[in-house]
Amino acid sequence: MRPAWSVILFTTLAGAGQGLFLALFAADLFARAPPDFAAAGAAVALGLLAAGLAASFFHLGHPERAWRSAAMWRTSWLSREVIVLPAFMAAVAVYGLTHALSYDRNISLLIGAAATVLCFALFVCTGMIYACLPFLQEWRTPLTVVNFIAFGCASGFTAAAALAAVRYPALAPRYALAALVLGGAAYLTRLASLARNARLRPKSTLATAIGIKHPKIVQIAQGAMGGSFNTREFFHGRPREVVRAARWAFLALVFPLPALLLAFAQNSFAALFAAFALQYAGLLAERWYFFAEAKHPQNLYYQAIA
Amino acid sequence: MTQLALVIDLNVCVGCHACVTSCKQWNTSGEAGYLSDDNPYGADPTGTFFNRVQTFEVGEFPKTETVHFPKSCLHCEDPPCVPVCPTGASYKRAEDGIVLVDYDKCIGCNYCAWACPYGAREIDEHQKVMKKCTLCVDRIYDQALPEAERKPACVMACPTSARLFGDVHDPESEVSRAIRDRGGYALMPEWGTQPANHYLPRRKAVAEIHPDELTRHDNPLKVDGQLPRPAPGEPALDDVTSW
Ligand code: SF4
Ligand code: SF4
Repeated sequence: MRPAWSVILFTTLAGAGQGLFLALFAADLFARAPPDFAAAGAAVALGLLAAGLAASFFHLGHPERAWRSAAMWRTSWLSREVIVLPAFMAAVAVYGLTHALSYDRNISLLIGAAATVLCFALFVCTGMIYACLPFLQEWRTPLTVVNFIAFGCASGFTAAAALAAVRYPALAPRYALAALVLGGAAYLTRLASLARNARLRPKSTLATAIGIKHPKIVQIAQGAMGGSFNTREFFHGRPREVVRAARWAFLALVFPLPALLLAFAQNSFAALFAAFALQYAGLLAERWYFFAEAKHPQNLYYQAIA
Repeated sequence: MTQLALVIDLNVCVGCHACVTSCKQWNTSGEAGYLSDDNPYGADPTGTFFNRVQTFEVGEFPKTETVHFPKSCLHCEDPPCVPVCPTGASYKRAEDGIVLVDYDKCIGCNYCAWACPYGAREIDEHQKVMKKCTLCVDRIYDQALPEAERKPACVMACPTSARLFGDVHDPESEVSRAIRDRGGYALMPEWGTQPANHYLPRRKAVAEIHPDELTRHDNPLKVDGQLPRPAPGEPALDDVTSW
């Protein structure tokens, strides 16, 4: 598949925003963070989510009709996501407000709990958009959803550690520790999905694609002299080295490098922010690779131009 | 229930692209607007088509066979492209099973194209909406056309009659009989999409000749040879007439 930057940015930014909210709420539950920290954190989380939402609009041919996409929530994960995302953003906004205006703690905890449910619903919707397509075998696994959740939480907790280093340093080492654990878990599940995908055998072959039982079939012409939507949308169009480089880059950036900073510089904002930036860059590469790795069966029909 | 569909006979398709051009002509001139092209006469032409004819070579030289393979939306009975559409722009008509896109609702998110294993959907790069074969829904019911012309444009154009059109749920229709009698099959059955369109396989007219057919043991010439020949003076059949 062609990695679409709008979607890469959306999934990574929204994931970090969701993780950041979970980090705030966790602190709220267990450690009673000061209200201004929670409010500031909610604002940052909202900023990340809004940036992601803005990026996602660039994926649409007709963004002005985006409201229509809430219609088919009964069948479409994309539609469900379109409903859950603004609901979650609203919940985060109200959660931040209850802290900013120092409402009763129980009220903000209640709203936080609701937002947590929406947060996980959003993770599931985002992951299922990819995991529900049966013939994109690389995506068709619960690991897709698990990875979206795990990486979202990891990057969110790293962001929370950086934020805490400025606003509430006492929490920074705890967030850093949590980010380490979550990042490690995310790394493991991603390695698991890489291992799984390396062993996949495509179910569709040219023989099933055109229905001719013969082991040796080659395409001579695809019915167009130039390219078409099918050659642009479903191929990443990069040499194999680039794809491999993206994999090594994300394997280094999403966890090992930020882990060093998270482990050894738990009180420095600069180091923690650098950890977040590195991890985020790694996530961009990870999502890019996620798309590039997926082989769509339609590609069988688009192998030779001539 | 009706399920309209095409049945494409790979045995007679000659790869002339008449269906492609006819489809493009009909569908670019219709009410729903044009099918956009870029650089149609330039170095890197590209455009939106509902139907493409591809060519494959089966086998290894010198034992190869060229197969021309027309490909368009198969109007799947269980279309994976429909439930994923967030807007409801993609839908399958209950009355005749045609899968259509409502261009006024489509937001151009490409999700349905991802969900079609056959690559049958193409975004229109200028109108930014998803397009695909409509089975000429604006032709086949048109009372203004003579009955014989109420068929998809590709079917009308095919010079070898490789394209049949009809209701695959009616067991007595031409298409159902063709599928039944001539081994019609569906593409990528492994995904359970149950394409309504079917393909008829290549058939070879191979004459099997066994050696005993060349040198028949009951060759009448030889059999005759073994019969006792009549003596020259005896009456023969010819003599009857001379009696
Ligand atoms: S061929 Fe593709 S676009 Fe057509 S109905 Fe089937 S899945 Fe949908
Ligand atoms: S591109 Fe249009 S038809 Fe396809 S899923 Fe998106 S809104 Fe639906």
